[in-house]
Amino acid sequence: MATLYETLGGQAAVEAAVDIFYRHVLGDDRISHFFDDVDMERQAAKQKAFLTMAFGGPHNYTGADMRRAHAHLVARGLNDTHFDAVKENLEKALSELSAPAELIQQVLAIAESTRNDVLSR
Amino acid sequence: MSELVFEGTTYEVPPGNTVLEALEVAGVTIPSSCRSGVCQSCLLRAVEGTPPATAQAGLRDTLRQQGYFLACCCKPDGSLEVVRPNDAGLRHRARVARVRSLNATVAELTLECDAAFEYRPGQFANIALTCGTVRSYSLASVPTEDPHLHMHIARMPGGIVSGWVHDSAKEGDFVDLLGPHGNCFYTVGNFGQTLVLAGTGTGLAPLYGIARDALRHGHTGDIHLFHGSIRQEGLYLVEELRALSHTHSNLHYYPCVLEGPADAQTHVGALDAHVTSTLSTLRGSRVFLCGHPDFVKMMQKKTFLLGAAMKDIFADSFLPAKTVTA
Ligand code: FES
Repeated sequence: MATLYETLGGQAAVEAAVDIFYRHVLGDDRISHFFDDVDMERQAAKQKAFLTMAFGGPHNYTGADMRRAHAHLVARGLNDTHFDAVKENLEKALSELSAPAELIQQVLAIAESTRNDVLSR
Repeated sequence: MSELVFEGTTYEVPPGNTVLEALEVAGVTIPSSCRSGVCQSCLLRAVEGTPPATAQAGLRDTLRQQGYFLACCCKPDGSLEVVRPNDAGLRHRARVARVRSLNATVAELTLECDAAFEYRPGQFANIALTCGTVRSYSLASVPTEDPHLHMHIARMPGGIVSGWVHDSAKEGDFVDLLGPHGNCFYTVGNFGQTLVLAGTGTGLAPLYGIARDALRHGHTGDIHLFHGSIRQEGLYLVEELRALSHTHSNLHYYPCVLEGPADAQTHVGALDAHVTSTLSTLRGSRVFLCGHPDFVKMMQKKTFLLGAAMKDIFADSFLPAKTVTA
């Protein structure tokens, strides 16, 4: 059976999604300040790794990585509202890519499963 | 079995194995993380032989053309000679052919180098003086148009290499040249695409090379070249660029200074705002950004938000006196 990653279009879909998703995130006043002084290329590589995971593709992400990667943001006040905003942008990006509704729900469920790690709980 | 040469030693890659696995089995450590072609930490470069397309998926064109590939996805179908990314540059002997000043603080250094120094306009090379000091400079020359290598060098307070160029370098002196390096160059193709080039100070050097390289390859899309400086006297190659935009109707040159007074063709104001107000969208454009790191970082974000795809934004920021060990 094809994985979600393959159904969505594999690597190429991840790349297209990163561009659209990241553009939404940077343009969203609720969360853009968390990205003010980050290196875009490195940030994009992380987004790509994250979306590969959310699409069910090959990855090595662990909960501990998630905690480590976001700890400094939690220290700066990252909370559920921001997490919801990111999810909203992800949903927007996927609908722009015309992903079928049930696949979008699957991706969002995977993203949701990282909430506690991302928020260091 | 494919043959793999790495740092002078020959290894065998059993069928179905990746370059990463074969090297690890032999006790060679290559950085790796995802082992599935996502994180790019296992990047290597082929100097002989062609890596399979699957090993280059997801890499920028500029990296692909230089033979870079991901070791974790590379199951070679022929023999390969590979190096670590930083060992790719060879050391060349270069002779100073000329030093001329472009304005009060910027000099153009012309170096004569053997033909083995193959570069793309816009890449950079490291100059190593006999005292051991090494500095990086971008290449403003274009191989088929300029017989020698050109670099634009701003005088830095207390700068060892820039001081040498401005005060004592003379025709016939020798330096060591390492490189070339960098991904900020024109890749041939997509001729109708809009190109946006923006740089501050000597960030013009790579852009001057890239713009002329694109024209030479017959690029037909609009080429917008923005050059920013604090004051009018900080701009340079103004006449050359104006002349070039007269002979090529698709080249648009926008000199821009932060503080006036300035001549009638020069815009006064911030360069980033000048770019974003001149071009309302960058969707589908290829973008090249060079110069001060703060400017480059800010422009990466602005051009991305204006619609340029991440893979189409090429950047090269100049860190002041970035020390590189020879
Ligand atoms: S180890 Fe991540 S791309 Fe090769």
